Amino acid sequence: MTTALNVKYSFDTFVVGAANRLAVTAGRTVAENPGAAYNPLFVYSCSGLGKTHLLMAIGQAAKKLAPGLNIEYLTLDEYVEAFHAAIAAGQGDAFRRRFQGVDVLLVDDVQFLAKRKEMQSELLRLTEALQVAGHQIVLTSDRPPGEIADLDERLISRFSGGLVVDIGPPDYETRVAILRRKAEERAARFAPGVLETVAGAAFDNVRELMGALNRLVAYQAVNETEINAATAKQLLGLKAEAAVPAGAAVSRGAAPAGDEFGQFLADVTVGLGKAVEAWRARVAEAILRWEGEGYRTRRLEALLEQEAPTAVDDAIGAYEKDVERLKMLETEVAQLDPQASGQSLFRDPERLADAEATAAQVRTGAAPPPGPSAAFSLTSYAVGPSNDVAVSAARDVIARPGKKYNPLVLVGKSGLGKTHLLNAIGLELARAKGAVVASLSTQAFIDELIAAIDGDRVDWWRARYRRATALLLDDIHLLAGKDRTQEELFNLFNLLLDKERQLVFTAPAAPSVLEGLEERIVTRLGGGLVAELSEPDRDLKRHFLEQALAQPGTPPDAALLDYLADRPVDSVRSLVPVLQRVVSAAAAQDVPLTAGLAREVLEGQPREARRSGGLRTSGIVVSSLGGVKSREKMVWDWPDVADRLIEEYR
Amino acid sequence: MSLVNFTTREITCKIVYYGPGRSGKTTNLHYVYGRVPEVRRGRMVSLATQTDRTLFFDFLPIDLGQISGFATRFQLYTVPGQVYYNATRRLVLQGADGVVFVADSQARQLDENLESLQNLQSNLLEHGVDVRTMPLAMQYNKQDLPRELILSPADLDDALNFRSVPSFAADALHGTGVFETLKGISELVLKRLAAGSTA
Repeated sequence: MTTALNVKYSFDTFVVGAANRLAVTAGRTVAENPGAAYNPLFVYSCSGLGKTHLLMAIGQAAKKLAPGLNIEYLTLDEYVEAFHAAIAAGQGDAFRRRFQGVDVLLVDDVQFLAKRKEMQSELLRLTEALQVAGHQIVLTSDRPPGEIADLDERLISRFSGGLVVDIGPPDYETRVAILRRKAEERAARFAPGVLETVAGAAFDNVRELMGALNRLVAYQAVNETEINAATAKQLLGLKAEAAVPAGAAVSRGAAPAGDEFGQFLADVTVGLGKAVEAWRARVAEAILRWEGEGYRTRRLEALLEQEAPTAVDDAIGAYEKDVERLKMLETEVAQLDPQASGQSLFRDPERLADAEATAAQVRTGAAPPPGPSAAFSLTSYAVGPSNDVAVSAARDVIARPGKKYNPLVLVGKSGLGKTHLLNAIGLELARAKGAVVASLSTQAFIDELIAAIDGDRVDWWRARYRRATALLLDDIHLLAGKDRTQEELFNLFNLLLDKERQLVFTAPAAPSVLEGLEERIVTRLGGGLVAELSEPDRDLKRHFLEQALAQPGTPPDAALLDYLADRPVDSVRSLVPVLQRVVSAAAAQDVPLTAGLAREVLEGQPREARRSGGLRTSGIVVSSLGGVKSREKMVWDWPDVADRLIEEYR
Repeated sequence: MSLVNFTTREITCKIVYYGPGRSGKTTNLHYVYGRVPEVRRGRMVSLATQTDRTLFFDFLPIDLGQISGFATRFQLYTVPGQVYYNATRRLVLQGADGVVFVADSQARQLDENLESLQNLQSNLLEHGVDVRTMPLAMQYNKQDLPRELILSPADLDDALNFRSVPSFAADALHGTGVFETLKGISELVLKRLAAGSTA
């Protein structure tokens, strides 16, 4: 039912010029990101300007990038025919399901929808379904959607909702490029100036241009003589240059007819073609072509600046070879690591060596794994009796990575500083020369693996972590139930351990009590040192507060530190909001930070002072600054019922 | 030569329409302007007096697009014809790649034509340009006027075209010969470009 994509119609064989650059760029984008960029993409142009070629090129490029995609190309007539056949066979639903499962639908010649109400509503339904499912639709027509006769308004708006682009008739420059490429394909050689003459004849349509070329090829083959520009002109019946010689009589009031400017342009084009040395034209055309495709053309531009460079064609050939190599590298890199592709060096033939190196790095997974966060330094980590075992173990690990405690598992409740210590270890380890420290949350580790499986590049992902000199995973308990990640971590664990590379993990509880982890992982985690961080002691809290309140020149009030350090909190993290409330209250009232103020903010004022304000309250004292934490709600005395009612009634 | 810039891949041809007052230089530009598609032409700048005499100069830029890989532009200028605007004429002539001499075909204007032609020669000399090296085309305008009032192209060739440069009979008001002249001068300019770039 559907037409197979013609391999000859690819982007590589599509000659890009000013008139079709937008359409080709849009086509490429769509092929690279089906359903994501322009959906639907609507391309219109007069006949013979490359709509079908572009449509098939999109299909082929999309298929090449993602071989698993279901791509359908068909003309509207084929679609109509298939629909009628399906309806006649009572298979309408199957027909619809079949097309709704297509990932990229390419429909040619939709102008034939004109006056076909039934097909219009069918296509409307299909485009709606495909768009909702995020599938790509590309349509071509010989006119914009709004000009297709009797086209349903909803279809017009739907077609116009993505991107509508036109392909104009090729300019002279593009015509020459097309003729050269086609002549090359047909292994035909012409005398200089012949193809330029044909191109100068302002064919509006590539098919006609091909017809003209075919005539010349056939004539030359039959006659075994080389055609020159004049013969070509004669053969193709092109008009001889019209000129009004000075001696000719001028008929009174007779205005010249026809497209004078077009004729003038064609003449100038031929004249300029002769005037600009052929090599310059070839270089300039190559620059235009590759510039249009986004490549840097410095090397070719340098040629133009010379008076008479030698071996121009070799230089262009070498440049094009480099560009082809860059294209291959970029495609390869894009498959392995989409983030690494799209770099400008893949668009600069002068940096081919860099591009090769980058590609080689990506191949071996050299893109570094995520590193530790710079926000968590060891110096800013508050130490006290409650965590000194963990901290001293960390220092040992930093001093002798992989040798002493491997793995080191930091265990403790949330907010005790496990993540901080993990990252601090990572930062210290990363200082070593050649160190590649992978430090990330277990969730990110899982997500990366999923993305790698999805992108079919698990080998690359593994290689990336296998070259790490240290692996630090936060919240290892999140591996629970993630069998594949546990499998991968198990292998990675063994490999790194064998090479004496440091492993550090954090968990909310000892590995042996974590649920959902495989036995082999649990035993390995327990094989090094499990260091526990307990609830912060007074010293640790005081140390933390001292750091947090430290200001240059003015040491924090000792009484304040003592008061705050005595507050009952179960983690350092929960000390932070307490501290913030006191600090912001001091700022709001513009008074210095003192123990008295902290007490006032955190515990409320004595009852007498409140009463003097004449307010009836529930007796529940809430911080004046909002930021209510239930822990800080203090009940001075149980309010009587009437008070509570009024409070709640409000 | 400023005509071609290989670095930026641009070709710019400055063509100056020269000739005595009221010979039809601005009319030539108007006709061209009317025939060039809107996307290809810039704004025509024309400074004229209330009686439509060119006060300063007319300027019409035309973008011919990419030709042989070069962004090609034509800049058409006219000079004010009246004798007393010589400084402006000299200024406009500066850097010209080609000159179209628009002659008034009326017999009674022959002296003005000759005077303007001499003025062209001397103004070019002021810029250090020998008129013999400058691409030049003659246009015998107003050939639509009654025969008894005008000189034939052959007569005008004899009277004005000492160097046998290409000449064109024209009726600029209706367009006859306008594009032929432009084409003629373009060919000369491009030929010189070819000679220049291979030199």
